[in-house]
Amino acid sequence: MTVVKDESGRKAADDKGDMPGGGDAYVPSQRRLDRERHKRTRARRATAIAAVSTLVTAVVLYVVVVSAPGWERTKETFFDGHYAREAFPKVLEGLWLNIRLLLICGVLVLVLGMLIAIARTLRGPVFFPLRVLAAAYTDFFRGLPLIINLMIVVFGVPALRLQGVTVDPVWLGGAALTLTYSAYVAEVFRAGIESVHPSQRAAARSLGLSNRQALRHVVLPQAVRRQVPPLLNDLVSLQKDTGLVSIGGAIDAVRASDIIAQRALNYTPYIVAGLVFVALTIPMTRFTDWVTARMDRQRAQGGTT
Amino acid sequence: MHLAPRVLRRAISAATVALLATAVGCAPQPEDKASDQASGSTATTCAKGKLATQTSGKLTIATDEPAYEPWFEDDKPANGKGFESAVAYAVAKQLGYDKSAVVWQSVPFNKAFAPGVKTFDFDINQVSISPERKKAVDFSSGYYDVRQAVIALKGSKAAKATSIAGLKGLKLGAQVGTTSLNYISDVVKPTQQEAAFSKNDQAVSALKNGQVDAIVVDLPTAFYITSAEVTNAKIVGQFENQGSTPEQFGLVLDKGSDLTSCVSSAVDALRKDGTLAKLEKQWLSDAVDAPVLK
Repeated sequence: MTVVKDESGRKAADDKGDMPGGGDAYVPSQRRLDRERHKRTRARRATAIAAVSTLVTAVVLYVVVVSAPGWERTKETFFDGHYAREAFPKVLEGLWLNIRLLLICGVLVLVLGMLIAIARTLRGPVFFPLRVLAAAYTDFFRGLPLIINLMIVVFGVPALRLQGVTVDPVWLGGAALTLTYSAYVAEVFRAGIESVHPSQRAAARSLGLSNRQALRHVVLPQAVRRQVPPLLNDLVSLQKDTGLVSIGGAIDAVRASDIIAQRALNYTPYIVAGLVFVALTIPMTRFTDWVTARMDRQRAQGGTT
Repeated sequence: MHLAPRVLRRAISAATVALLATAVGCAPQPEDKASDQASGSTATTCAKGKLATQTSGKLTIATDEPAYEPWFEDDKPANGKGFESAVAYAVAKQLGYDKSAVVWQSVPFNKAFAPGVKTFDFDINQVSISPERKKAVDFSSGYYDVRQAVIALKGSKAAKATSIAGLKGLKLGAQVGTTSLNYISDVVKPTQQEAAFSKNDQAVSALKNGQVDAIVVDLPTAFYITSAEVTNAKIVGQFENQGSTPEQFGLVLDKGSDLTSCVSSAVDALRKDGTLAKLEKQWLSDAVDAPVLK
């Protein structure tokens, strides 16, 4: 059997009446040709309409925006090429600080968050104080405004003159970010751990695994995998909040743009810094989407949850 | 086949939303005043007590909160104490507004000279007159010639600097948006990246905590900080004027304000009759001498 014949065999189902029958070369019926032509015309028409309407919309938007009263002033204030060129290299220079902060704080937050989540889900009366402390930590640092936390740590802690404690505002700012974000991440992990059905743990225990082994090999892998999207969400949020360490005087992307904007009284540098952050966030959100989609596919195919 | 209508629907709704937003939203205020008034024409009559102020019969004066010494005292601009409070009341009197007709308003330093509609008649907040700021707001004539100074903790390496070159290797800090910060980046050009703070208080606390080696503020503020706030700090020195014209503090007015020429001539009159010099001596008398950094 040739491929053509194979196809004709399948198509035969909906064109029964017109089939000459037997093994002859497939000749599509007139009705079928008409239908296909009709479909093609419709598809072409749809594409044309979409293109025209997109074009019209773009033109209308352009005309509306550009002819709006105050567009000239908006352009000067927010989209000034001269200040954009001045700000861009400085913002990038500052961004390097944000990226380093994100990487270091990100790792610390994940580790600390995991430890707190485990402490909060430990069973047994002996761990009661640990559970209470972990719960108190998450309650406190989730409720404490990040900016207050930063000011206490960045300005307050050095005033104590503790020996061996750094006064570098970047390290202190990073510490404050870690404190707040590990509380968020701990809750994400805890939700993950509690979402694992108790029967999983029971099954692991019945197979002879100790409590710790059950946690390590059965509960945590499932919990973490389920929580990847919300975790990445928190990391994206952390990435933007690294800009807040600038209150301690450190010059990151946000402060670099601030310096130029405040001097020039032109807000283009803010737009530049904002767009750079958005550009940094988009790959991360796309990555989150991709991870989620992949996990959904795996689950749908009956893979491990 | 359902793709196209969906795209179409979305495009239409997006366009409608955009149109509505533009139409309903932000109709900007006309800026026509700015062009014909910017030169400060003398045609405006400065009728005493009858200027076109925000609230007629009242003069609204703005400054930052907290208001720092020696410019103000006890964070109360309305008590008439401190150099700028005294100058503000002197200007008000010159314009025909007595003490009871003056209303104080709190406006953050950076916002006072940012572009946009103003809620005050003029702002007095140690704002140095600069060409870039002049594009956004009007300034009166200068009421004080200011120098920038460097403060460091006594006994520190920074305190021993005698020249600008001696500051190069240090960690310097200043408030963002100030000419002090410009002095660091344009005059000292330090090898370490400077620190920029949102408020002067934070710069001072960073100095106390050893997070920066030295900070740059204007000279009278430097005298106040070293004499009252951080007594273990000292003034390392002051900068020379950059360029031919001295740096001056000016009163800030809305761009194209009808009051600019009146306020300017009031300041000029106060300078001429010696009031400014007298007030300077009264409130800033100790702020005279500091070694000059070359």
